[in-house]
Amino acid sequence: MTAVISVPAFLDEQSFEQVLEQVAPLAPDAKMLVDARHTRFATPFGLTALLCLAQSRAEKPDFTPPSDDDVKSYWARSAFFRYAEELFTLRGPVPRARASQDSDVLLEVTPIAKSEDVHEVVERVRERATHILTHKLRLETRATMGFAMSLSEACQNIVEHAGRGGWVGVQVYNWAKRRVGRQVVVISVADAGQGFRRSLDTARVRAIAGDRWSDGEALEAAVTQGYSRHTEPGRGQGLKGIKGYVHRHDGRLSIRSGSARMTIVPPWDDSPAREDGLPMFIGSQLQIIIPERAEGA
Amino acid sequence: MTHIDVRSALNQSLPGNYSDLITRNTGVLVRSVIEERLAGLADGTVAFLDFSHIRLLDRSCADEILSKLMLPMTTDHPPRDGYVVLHGLDEFHLEIIEAVLETHQLALVVQLPSLEARLVGSVTEQERRCWEQVMRQGGAIADTLAIEIGMPCESCQEMLEGLAKRRLLRCVANRFLPLGQAA
Repeated sequence: MTAVISVPAFLDEQSFEQVLEQVAPLAPDAKMLVDARHTRFATPFGLTALLCLAQSRAEKPDFTPPSDDDVKSYWARSAFFRYAEELFTLRGPVPRARASQDSDVLLEVTPIAKSEDVHEVVERVRERATHILTHKLRLETRATMGFAMSLSEACQNIVEHAGRGGWVGVQVYNWAKRRVGRQVVVISVADAGQGFRRSLDTARVRAIAGDRWSDGEALEAAVTQGYSRHTEPGRGQGLKGIKGYVHRHDGRLSIRSGSARMTIVPPWDDSPAREDGLPMFIGSQLQIIIPERAEGA
Repeated sequence: MTHIDVRSALNQSLPGNYSDLITRNTGVLVRSVIEERLAGLADGTVAFLDFSHIRLLDRSCADEILSKLMLPMTTDHPPRDGYVVLHGLDEFHLEIIEAVLETHQLALVVQLPSLEARLVGSVTEQERRCWEQVMRQGGAIADTLAIEIGMPCESCQEMLEGLAKRRLLRCVANRFLPLGQAA
């Protein structure tokens, strides 16, 4: 019997939990149809996480694309179908993938597996992003460097720690009507690899966490305390750099791994700093949101 | 004194014509090219690592290059007798490098576009004062410097030796000399 997983109309970091709640009770090899017919909007987090979902299954899942042509066209421009075709059995026609004409798509969904991929991603984003980041988001040139650095560090976490390839996507949004009240740029980096808990599961780190060792503790160890599975000093600099950048620019950083999520929460957001007991999901999914520079900042 | 173009070390390390010094893997490759070049230099040589043609630098890559290059050189028994000065850094590079050096309690001499030399990384105010005085004078011995900066002679000697051990000054026949041009 095929389990039908309904994708919410608005697919982002929060609503992806609804997808995971439906998937959690299923056996890894259960036949699954991911139904996105009614989905009208998806963030890079939603798109990259859907690809990770397919990677996490022992049995190739089916996928029904959005029924709305505009939505389908946007997903095609975001290169989602290019990779979904390999990971899902698509049930329904999808537009041919073309180079994105959408200026707000700073980076289509792009696979990351090796160090050279990170170089390519940073080169491509720089070409498209500098104008948008300095004009739309009014970031200083130096801040655009920090943006590229954060992107690089987030992507190389996949290369260094995930144990398998992952995905990155970057998009600009006008969130004038949301609480942040400004334009934002969103980076999403997701993988279906081993996750923080397994990556950090060394005698050294476990000795510190003791009996409390869990996905949440692993995230806490990496994000708050700067632990890495590598013992040499200086490791863990990447996340530290991202945190510093996010903090300086009133941004939001969230990392989900296993059944937990940690969020560096800016004043314009009210997410909990740490969530445990979420539906289990393989790998790690990171999202960075940098808002437009506020007036007078 | 010798000049090492970091961009050319990057291009030698990776296929493609990149100008971003990013990812730890890239750092490993670039460092080994730099180490190879340093190994060919005479003892006591000051090598200028030129970042002028580098656009982006991330912390992981900077850590892999600079900390692993400098940590062995600042031990009691360094594998070679050499010095490194950073050149061609922009403000963003400086910020990244400073954070990396502080993580390891390291410091380095940076030559600014004005050719003025500056100490970046983990140094105390007193060490900085002492170092700047040596730079201004183009060299110093502990006895005289101690009087000039109002410090006990033994402490001054110890501090200068410490700066030399950290490869921030050269010590030649009990005289402490700058690496870059005097401010």
